[in-house]
Amino acid sequence: MSFEQLLQYLLSGVTNGSIYAIVAIGFNIIYNTTGIINFAQGEFLMLGGMTAISLSPYVPLPLAILIAVIITAMVGAVVDFLIIRRLKKPTVLNMVIVTIGLSIIIREIALHLWDEKVRSLPYFTGNEVTSINILGAYISPQVLWVLGVSAVIVIFLGVFFKFTLTGRSMRACASNITAARLCGINTRNMVTISFMLSAAIGALAGCVISPITQTQYDCGTSLAIKGFAVAILGGLGNSTGAIIGGITIGLLEAFSISVLPLAYKDAIAISILLIILFLRPSGLLGKKEAVELKEF
Amino acid sequence: MLKIRNLHSGYGNLRILKGVSLHVNPGEIVTIIGGNGSGKSTLLQTVAGMIPVEEGEVLFKGRSIGGETPEKIVAAGCSLVPEGRMIFNAMSVRENLILGAYTRFRSDRSGDVASDLEAVYGMFPRLRERENQLGGTLSGGEQQMLAIGRALMARPKLMMLDEPSMGLAPIIVKLIFEEVRKLRDAGNTILLVEQNARAALRIADRGYVIETGQMVLEGTSEELLNNNDVQRAYLGKDYKSISE
Repeated sequence: MSFEQLLQYLLSGVTNGSIYAIVAIGFNIIYNTTGIINFAQGEFLMLGGMTAISLSPYVPLPLAILIAVIITAMVGAVVDFLIIRRLKKPTVLNMVIVTIGLSIIIREIALHLWDEKVRSLPYFTGNEVTSINILGAYISPQVLWVLGVSAVIVIFLGVFFKFTLTGRSMRACASNITAARLCGINTRNMVTISFMLSAAIGALAGCVISPITQTQYDCGTSLAIKGFAVAILGGLGNSTGAIIGGITIGLLEAFSISVLPLAYKDAIAISILLIILFLRPSGLLGKKEAVELKEF
Repeated sequence: MLKIRNLHSGYGNLRILKGVSLHVNPGEIVTIIGGNGSGKSTLLQTVAGMIPVEEGEVLFKGRSIGGETPEKIVAAGCSLVPEGRMIFNAMSVRENLILGAYTRFRSDRSGDVASDLEAVYGMFPRLRERENQLGGTLSGGEQQMLAIGRALMARPKLMMLDEPSMGLAPIIVKLIFEEVRKLRDAGNTILLVEQNARAALRIADRGYVIETGQMVLEGTSEELLNNNDVQRAYLGKDYKSISE
C-alpha cells in the first residue's frame, strides 16, 4: 500500500468515524440523563437532513440548516412531552421499546412526507468534483466540514457540560437523580432538554453528512446501529470514549476494504459490537470501578 | 417553622408513617431518634416531597407543602441532606456546592453564591483543600461535609439531616455535630434524624422518639437523656445501671 493510499484510507476512516462519534454522542446525552438508549436517534439525523433539503431551495443554506436544527430539536421536545413524560411506569425496558416504536413512526411519516427518493444537500463549498490535495491524498472539502463540525460539537458539549448551570445540572441528574431533585433541579425538564439537545446535534450532523452519504427516509437506521456500536465500544455515556470508538470503527471499516470484500464493510461495526458485549460490556473507557464515577 | 399533623405515608401499599405529628420552632435543633425501620427517613423524605403524603398535613412557614414537588420545597427553603450523602460522584467538590445553590440561580440572579462558597469552605476547610477533586474520591466524612455544604448553599430556612453520623469515625461525627451546633447558634433551624441518639441529644434542644411509624415520646433533650426507656432502648444502658 502506497503512502498516498494509506493516507486516503486514513482520512476516509476518520471522516466516517467522526460521523459515528456524533451519533454516539447523541445516544450518550440522553443515556446520561435518563439511563435509556434512544433508538430514534438516527431518525433525528434523517429529519435534520430532510428538512434542510426541503428548505434549501427557498432560503440560503446556513439558514436552512439552522431552521432544520431548530425544528428537529422541537420534534425532540415533542417526543419527550407527548410520550416519554406520559409513561406510567418509565422503566428502562419500556422506554427503549417506546423509542424503537418511535423510530418506526418517524420513518413512516418521513416516507409519506418525502417519498423514497434519495436526496442530498448541496456541497457546502465547491461541488462533487472539487477536491483538496493533502500530501497526495484527495479529499472533498465536505470532509473538512464534517471534521470541523464534529470538533465544534465536541468542544461545545464539553464547555456546555462543564461550565453552564444547565449542563452541570444534567450531569448531576446523571450522577444521582435523587440528589439532583433535592438540590431543587427539575429533573423532568432536564430530560426534555437532553432530548432537544441530542435531536439538535443529530440534525446538524444529518445536514453536514448529507452531501457525502445522501439522505433518504430510512438512512437513520444504519447510522443509528453504527453509532450504537460506537457508543458501546467507547463505554456508554462517555464522550471521549465515543470519539475514540468512532474513529476506531471508522478506520477499521476503511482499512477492511483492502483485505475483505467491500460487502463486509458494514459487518465490521456489528462484529465489534458483539465482541465488546461478550468480552468487555463496559466498553473501552467504561472502567467497572468507575461506573459509580460516571462522567460525560 | 415546620408543623406536621397526623402524617401518613409510605411506599405503595406499605404504610410506614401512621399519624406522625411534630413541630420545629425557628432557631432550634430538633432530633428524631428511633431504630431501624421506625420511619425516620421516610418522615424526612415525605417532608422533602420525595414520597407522597397520603394523609395529614405538612406546614412549612404556615404554608402547606404536602404534595408539592421536591424542587418547589427546596425553593421554599427546606433542604434535605439525604441518608448516605448522595454526592455527585463524577463532579468536583466545587461543582457539587454550586449545584446546591441551583434554586438561587433561578430566583435571584444577584445572589452572591461566591461568598456562600467561602462560608462553606470556612466551615469545612477540608473541602477547600479538595475543591477540584471529584466528589466520589472523598472519604465518608468529607462527603458528609460536602452534603451539608451543598444543602447550605441553597440558604435553607430549615435544614433536615438524615443520619449524618452513619458509617463515620467518632471523631468525625464529633466534628460534624459541632458544626451543626454552630449553625444553630448562628440562627439556623435544624431537624436531625439519628440512630446515634446520644450524639444527637447532646446537641439538640428537643427530641422525639419514633417507633413503627408513630411518635411515642417527646421532650427536651435533657428529659429524653434522663428517660429510663430512652436510656434502655437507645443509649445502651441496661436495667441494672438505670436502677442503681
